[in-house]
Amino acid sequence: MTKKTPSPEKEMLVDDIGIAQPSRRKFLGYAGAASGLFMLAAACKKSNDSGTDLGSGDVGILNYAYALEQLEAAFYIQVIATPYSGITADETTFLKDIRDHEIAHREFFKNALATSAIGGLAVNFSAINFSSRASVLGTAMAFEDLGVSAYNGAGYLLKDANYLLAAGKIVSVEARHAALIRELVTPNSFLGDQVDASSVNIVRTPAEVLAIAGAFISTKINASNLPTG
Amino acid sequence: MNITNILDEIEKVDGEIYERISPRRKAMKDFFRIGSKVAIVAAPLGIGSMLNKAYGQAVPAGVIAVLQYALTLEHFEYTFYLNGFNQAPIPAGAEKNAIQAIRDSENLHVAFLRTVITAAGATPVPAKASYDFTAGGTFPTVFSSYATFLAVAQVLEDTGVRAYKGRAGELLGQKVYLTAALGIHAVEARHAAKIRLMRRLNGQSATTKPYITGANDTGIAAVNGSYVREDLTTQLGVGITNINGQVISAASASEAFDEPLTAAEVLALVAPFGVS
Repeated sequence: MTKKTPSPEKEMLVDDIGIAQPSRRKFLGYAGAASGLFMLAAACKKSNDSGTDLGSGDVGILNYAYALEQLEAAFYIQVIATPYSGITADETTFLKDIRDHEIAHREFFKNALATSAIGGLAVNFSAINFSSRASVLGTAMAFEDLGVSAYNGAGYLLKDANYLLAAGKIVSVEARHAALIRELVTPNSFLGDQVDASSVNIVRTPAEVLAIAGAFISTKINASNLPTG
Repeated sequence: MNITNILDEIEKVDGEIYERISPRRKAMKDFFRIGSKVAIVAAPLGIGSMLNKAYGQAVPAGVIAVLQYALTLEHFEYTFYLNGFNQAPIPAGAEKNAIQAIRDSENLHVAFLRTVITAAGATPVPAKASYDFTAGGTFPTVFSSYATFLAVAQVLEDTGVRAYKGRAGELLGQKVYLTAALGIHAVEARHAAKIRLMRRLNGQSATTKPYITGANDTGIAAVNGSYVREDLTTQLGVGITNINGQVISAASASEAFDEPLTAAEVLALVAPFGVS
């Protein structure tokens, strides 16, 4: 398990924020939604047992994105390392491309965050059957749709327009991936249940996203310091 | 599209919208959910003032401008698909169904933006009485050749994605409006990927991928302007090609990030189509 040593600055932020009432309320909401593997422990500040702290402000949101990109990259690396039976030439091309895009996203966040970046997360893919096309593409679809809804749901929390633009540059590529994977699974499902009655893509809050992604991440993630708008 | 939908939209990003509008939250919610047709038709004016009150001030002019810009482009896109669906020789079946789905999606975006703009207290820009989908003769067969129609569709979708992205910064921190714009932006990207995949699989453009590789990957020189800077491989000063010792080609580095276009660039690109 990867643990992040908080920088003095982060430590201070954690101390400052403490468990103010709104954060506490939010935290309880998060914790209620979290799955077993995934634990949020705002109350245990300073303790290493509180898990990897995403941090606060824009750094927190970028680390949140970095965590999701780590998950996606690790998944596609495995997909290409152990291709499912019956994989076609086109599917190999696309999945290799997507792997490289996700690695590029992951490394971009790592460098952009520099010393504020969280460490590498440990993943748990035991629920995925990498030899099965249905299992792999079904998981890919879930990850891509989750990613799009995550970026869209967190965009307004960013304070720096440069970071918003960078996230915008990535989210449309994730949406392209999502549509592609959906088409591989079921033709003409490029929108599917991912849009609402106005054909606007659905959004998820960080709490909702991490509750879903947490099933595939064995490192504990502490999202309690993320901005909440 | 109706008032219930718009309030539900807003509720997704602002869980307390009903509370803001009225302390009698439940009553308000129920009113819109089961309200009579008369009430819903009459509502937009009222909603605008309620939203203004809800957020304590008038919606900033800059936000309205971005929404009107988006609506201007959505009117154009919807009319393109409406005419294309009716006139272009699209094969019946899966391909025609896909174009129909995109047409309907654009129409919903038009309705959505009209409602949001009205609710924000402004008058939605109208569609143009007519557009020139040949772009001044550049695409003379836009509705008589299926291949031309899909190629133009791809360019319009890719451009649309870039257009939304280019103005996201003007909505910074605007929970309701930024989230709505991002939501449409992602759907335009889904459309773009679908059109690109269709062109690959039906053999019209066998090497096209659902994402943009390098700069103009359409093979149509006339649309170079729609793909300017898409070949960027540096983001926020971070070089992406072979980043941190990973094997990432320049092609992948460019594909991994879609680039924005400024409003001036977009308006110049769509001007030949009669959009302004």
